[in-house]
Amino acid sequence: MHLSSPAKKLIGILILFIVALFISLSTGPNLDFKIGRFEIKKSFDLRLGLDLAGGSHLVFEADTSKISPDKTKDAVTSLKEIVEKRVNLFGISEPVVQTSSFGGKERVIVELPGIQDTQEAAELIGKTAQLIFAEIEDLSVQAGASPSANLKPTNLTGADLERASVSFDQTTGKPVVALQFTKEGGVKFEKITEKNIGKAVAILLDTEIISAPIVQEKISGGNAQISGNFTIEEAKKLVIQLNAGALPLPIKLVEERIVQATLGAESVSRSVKAGIVGLFMVLSFMILSYGRLGVVSAVGLIIFGVLTLALYKLIPVVLTLPGIAGFLLSVGMAVDSNILIFERFKEEKGGRPVPDALEVSFGRAWDSIRDANIATLVTAFILANPFDWDFLHTSGPVRGFAITLALGIAISLFTGIFVSRNLLRVFVREKKT
Amino acid sequence: MNWMKYRIVYFLISAVVIGAGIFAYLKWGLPLGVDFKGGAIIEYKIGRDFSTEEAVKKIENPSLQVYSIQKAGENTYLIRTNTLNPYYREKIGTVLDELTGGDAQEVRFENVGPSIGPDLIKKTIYAIVIAASAILLWVAFQFKSFKFGVSAVLAMIHDSLVLIGSFALFGHFFAAEIDFLFVTALLTILSFSVHDTIVVYDRIRESQRKVGGSLTELANKATTQTMVRSLNNSFTIIFMLVALILLGGISIKWFAIALLIGTISGTYSSPFVAVPILVTWDELQRKIKRS
Repeated sequence: MHLSSPAKKLIGILILFIVALFISLSTGPNLDFKIGRFEIKKSFDLRLGLDLAGGSHLVFEADTSKISPDKTKDAVTSLKEIVEKRVNLFGISEPVVQTSSFGGKERVIVELPGIQDTQEAAELIGKTAQLIFAEIEDLSVQAGASPSANLKPTNLTGADLERASVSFDQTTGKPVVALQFTKEGGVKFEKITEKNIGKAVAILLDTEIISAPIVQEKISGGNAQISGNFTIEEAKKLVIQLNAGALPLPIKLVEERIVQATLGAESVSRSVKAGIVGLFMVLSFMILSYGRLGVVSAVGLIIFGVLTLALYKLIPVVLTLPGIAGFLLSVGMAVDSNILIFERFKEEKGGRPVPDALEVSFGRAWDSIRDANIATLVTAFILANPFDWDFLHTSGPVRGFAITLALGIAISLFTGIFVSRNLLRVFVREKKT
Repeated sequence: MNWMKYRIVYFLISAVVIGAGIFAYLKWGLPLGVDFKGGAIIEYKIGRDFSTEEAVKKIENPSLQVYSIQKAGENTYLIRTNTLNPYYREKIGTVLDELTGGDAQEVRFENVGPSIGPDLIKKTIYAIVIAASAILLWVAFQFKSFKFGVSAVLAMIHDSLVLIGSFALFGHFFAAEIDFLFVTALLTILSFSVHDTIVVYDRIRESQRKVGGSLTELANKATTQTMVRSLNNSFTIIFMLVALILLGGISIKWFAIALLIGTISGTYSSPFVAVPILVTWDELQRKIKRS
């Protein structure tokens, strides 16, 4: 049997459709195999953004007033690293930490999936956590003055820590924070304790004294502990902050958005319902308006839907609520190329045989389809801001919208032109014989 | 059909719609949401009725101002206040629990400081300017005429004004808000508007090459040829958006409405704003040349 080229292409489309259908419907964890050196590992789960899966979006603004402008960039970079470390140590899966610099304002954007109690998270991230050891000078003389007046900071700080951990005081059983200094830090600590035997050494966190133990003897070996009146949670938080390091710039929370998982789930089910109803209306409209041609575009639209979903999973696209809207919008727009071609076909079929008229319509409609869709892609590009340009928006939901819209346009060009053209070529020819 | 003969009518219709929007804007201003002016918006699911006035009275204190408590759907309430600190977020929950017998559940919380809004406005303006210039250049390049580009961009501005104006009206009558999603809708509409316009332009270009004739004749012909396509394509988009407005949740409702208005205006503006401007411009040019 000899197959014509459009028929071969149709078989290709069918295989593609089946693969895409498999990917769209599968929920398991997924592709995992090795070809030679290449390990292919791909999850086929649909990734949901914060507004659908639930979670919080926090924006912090850094106070850059106290450092020189040429150092700001480095400070912000290390700020981002430290915030990232803190969030990771806190044990949140798949957090996103980004920085944004606009109009002289330096911001850190933190997205925490599944976290609804932002107060705790904001405290953990937002505290500078600058640890300082200070000697206390001549307490008796300056009894009336404020405590800070008596403090003389030493050169031993949080930067000298090797690591901090939660421990328990052997006599009281209360949680304490155990500190292990680096080698140099240990030497510094030894000198400080040696100098201050019989006196108190203050341990300050962000200018607040959290503990001021009296030194009994010189301590070598580089270990110390802070026994403030901690709860276990406080001790854990402090340990995370100390291990991640102090923030190079003070930051404060300026924006928070929290969506509960229940609302997200409701949004998903509502959008799916809206999508099905809308799709049904579009399909009926196409079939009613264009008859057999409409059936072809309906088939194209179904292939469009399945391919799109499969691509969302493969890329993967983080799906947000506006992203779903972008997808639904692209369903409405996907038939546009078909409509353009079919309307053209109505004009062309007088005076030409049907297969010729179809070919001509596809060819002539292509110019306007190309020009029109490029204009839409330009806007989608600006909304998606793929290079994270600071003068444009960087917002997860909006980016989600732009990406689904752009993908929808690209795939609709494939289904609206390539798929329906080959479908028509095969069926129109078969009808003729 | 001689579409261009009734140009003045199309311009009048546009003028009335945009005029109504400008009137609403001057009288009531734009209903800016928390994204622009700062403040908090909290969405609650509450299964039973309660007195919102009493809730406002109980929640409000010198540092916590309640702008509104609005029933926004079945069991859904939106509370708008000034920018909150965490303590007051909890307090609002406690008050609502008291009033409803522990039935209040917070499902969404957005709290925006005042410093976010001005940046958002600036970035929006940049985005619009970049999108508009890119489209202007693209159209001017594709159709080898600045006239085509400028007319398309004017139609685009027309659609933006219609959208912004209608939200000034909706803000006053239906408590719609201009938020970040509105900005997204606005930018999408820009591309939408020009998408349709290009389809009409393309037919003008094609007939120009093949048969020639005055721009008015070509424009009439192209408008006739593309009218059904334009309407049908808008219908399919409108179907999807109406489904989303009626069945999607409240978080997405106004976004879908903004897109719907834009779609309708964008469909109208291609044959009835962009092309008439193009034709008028062309005629003026000829008159000037002749004299």
